Amino acid sequence: MKQSDKIKIAIASGKGGTGKTFVATNLFYSLKKRDYDVDMVDCDAEEPNCTIFISGDLVGSTDITHKVPVIDEIACAYCDKCRQYCNYKAIFLLPEAKIIKVIEELCHGCGACSVACEYGAIREKDVVQGEVNRYRLDNGCYLTEARMKIGVMSPVPVIKAAINKAGENNIKIMDSPPGTSCPFIHTVARADYVVLVTEPTPFGLSDLRQSIKTLDGMDKRYGVIINRAGLGDTKTYDYLKTNNIPLLMEISFDRKIACHYSKGELIAKEDIQWREKFIDLFNNILKHYGDSGN
Amino acid sequence: MEIAVISGKGGTGKSSISAALATIAAPVVLADCDVDAANLFILFEPTHEEEIVYVGAQNAVINYDLCLNCGTCADYCRFDAISFVEGRITIQEINCDGCKLCSRICPAKAITMVDSDKSRIYSGTFRNGKMVYGRLAPGEENSGKMVNIIRNKAKEIAKKNSFETIILDGAPGIGCPVISTIAGVDKVVIVTEPTMSGLSDIERTIKTVSKFNVKAYVLINKYDLNEEMTDKIIDFCADSEITVLGKLPFDKIVVDALSVRKSVIENAPGSELSLEIKKIHKKLIPN
Repeated sequence: MKQSDKIKIAIASGKGGTGKTFVATNLFYSLKKRDYDVDMVDCDAEEPNCTIFISGDLVGSTDITHKVPVIDEIACAYCDKCRQYCNYKAIFLLPEAKIIKVIEELCHGCGACSVACEYGAIREKDVVQGEVNRYRLDNGCYLTEARMKIGVMSPVPVIKAAINKAGENNIKIMDSPPGTSCPFIHTVARADYVVLVTEPTPFGLSDLRQSIKTLDGMDKRYGVIINRAGLGDTKTYDYLKTNNIPLLMEISFDRKIACHYSKGELIAKEDIQWREKFIDLFNNILKHYGDSGN
Repeated sequence: MEIAVISGKGGTGKSSISAALATIAAPVVLADCDVDAANLFILFEPTHEEEIVYVGAQNAVINYDLCLNCGTCADYCRFDAISFVEGRITIQEINCDGCKLCSRICPAKAITMVDSDKSRIYSGTFRNGKMVYGRLAPGEENSGKMVNIIRNKAKEIAKKNSFETIILDGAPGIGCPVISTIAGVDKVVIVTEPTMSGLSDIERTIKTVSKFNVKAYVLINKYDLNEEMTDKIIDFCADSEITVLGKLPFDKIVVDALSVRKSVIENAPGSELSLEIKKIHKKLIPN
């Protein structure tokens, strides 16, 4: 196996459907084929799709839980302190009618209510938020998948757990959730370098700016891939040039790529030239990461 | 009537379809509930009539003049947000969930909670009616709460102007902003595309929607990219007893319209695609 420096690369985008998973899975596959020591983490816990493109043997599945209060209504004095302590409005209380309820969907599992209770009326139970699945692939590589349970509000606990359980290899490719709010933040926070995938349309550019503002605020290094080049306009290119942001790769709009993707196939597997392009992308990332003085 | 347009998978064409529906159904209230990647204001350039400061989550901040460096807060924090860094107790803002427990238990009362107040909700007029949209400050949390405020504002505006239709453009995924977008609406349109990912995502999205008592429809966009997969999605919808509203071909005119800041109905009203969307609108909102 090829030894390399440790680097965690997150593949992200503000706008959904710009080709994050396409880039992440093909980059991972190309590196694996070239014998790099690489692991992959699917952090898009709401809609995890990497296993469609990368298959392996499931070697472990862990439920990710958090603690939710259970109130003993006999011991409860209906004093209201737990409700006041809860910063998520997850406790519903009518003291006169002696009604107290936990709204589990709103509970973040912080434990404040247990601390508040002076009557020993609150114990906690584990509630499943999702699961982390680990797949072993050939060449000693692993794919770790975060999969949020349907109906759960936040994918963040599952994302954090998946990143913690990722393989031991030096290179990690993380497929990020879309957007710029908590699921994205918790993914890129753990990355050394962020690749933003965009498309050259007004929507794509607006979301790219928002992502960049967020990453600047976090002091992260990043570069951009323009996918579906040829559609839309040139404003994204102007923006990158003006702001001195590296353009790491361009992927032309091509029905053939879209068709391979739709069937769950990897273009880097079908076409060796594409494998080279993704290796070039990796080298480009290393170059910019090195240049940025980290 | 409140109609939410969502899609588990991103980039299936939610916003373009919301924009097209808003053009046909005018006058409408169009509410952009994809608060961390709001886009419809770019297309419709609404006026700014009202601005609401949105306070999302809170963050814990340590006053080091008072801090005893005892580490009690770190023991209680369940979000791994507090630890000793080079011997000094430190809060990592990213991990802070805003639960306030550290502030409550600190023996020196050295921790205070600070509001994040950089996000905004705007409302105004655009050429097809009224618009409400949020701009979540970069890195901000609690987008579901913001969606609720946007929806309340949209309802208030609809009532005031006697508009019958509210169209909500949702976020991708199935987490809190999406749940807040679909809870209690009249109809949900799930926009999907014929890919393996699209199929996997729609299964999860339909399961999410089925937890709410709303009528769900599916619209297959870019169906001609893989007709076999389109058929699979249609079969899946039949099994799940979900009505397929229609299927739209991949057409560059959608992006072309976007580039000149118009909906596809405005830019190419006579196109086959526009006629198809008009049929879909009729099925969705029969007079």
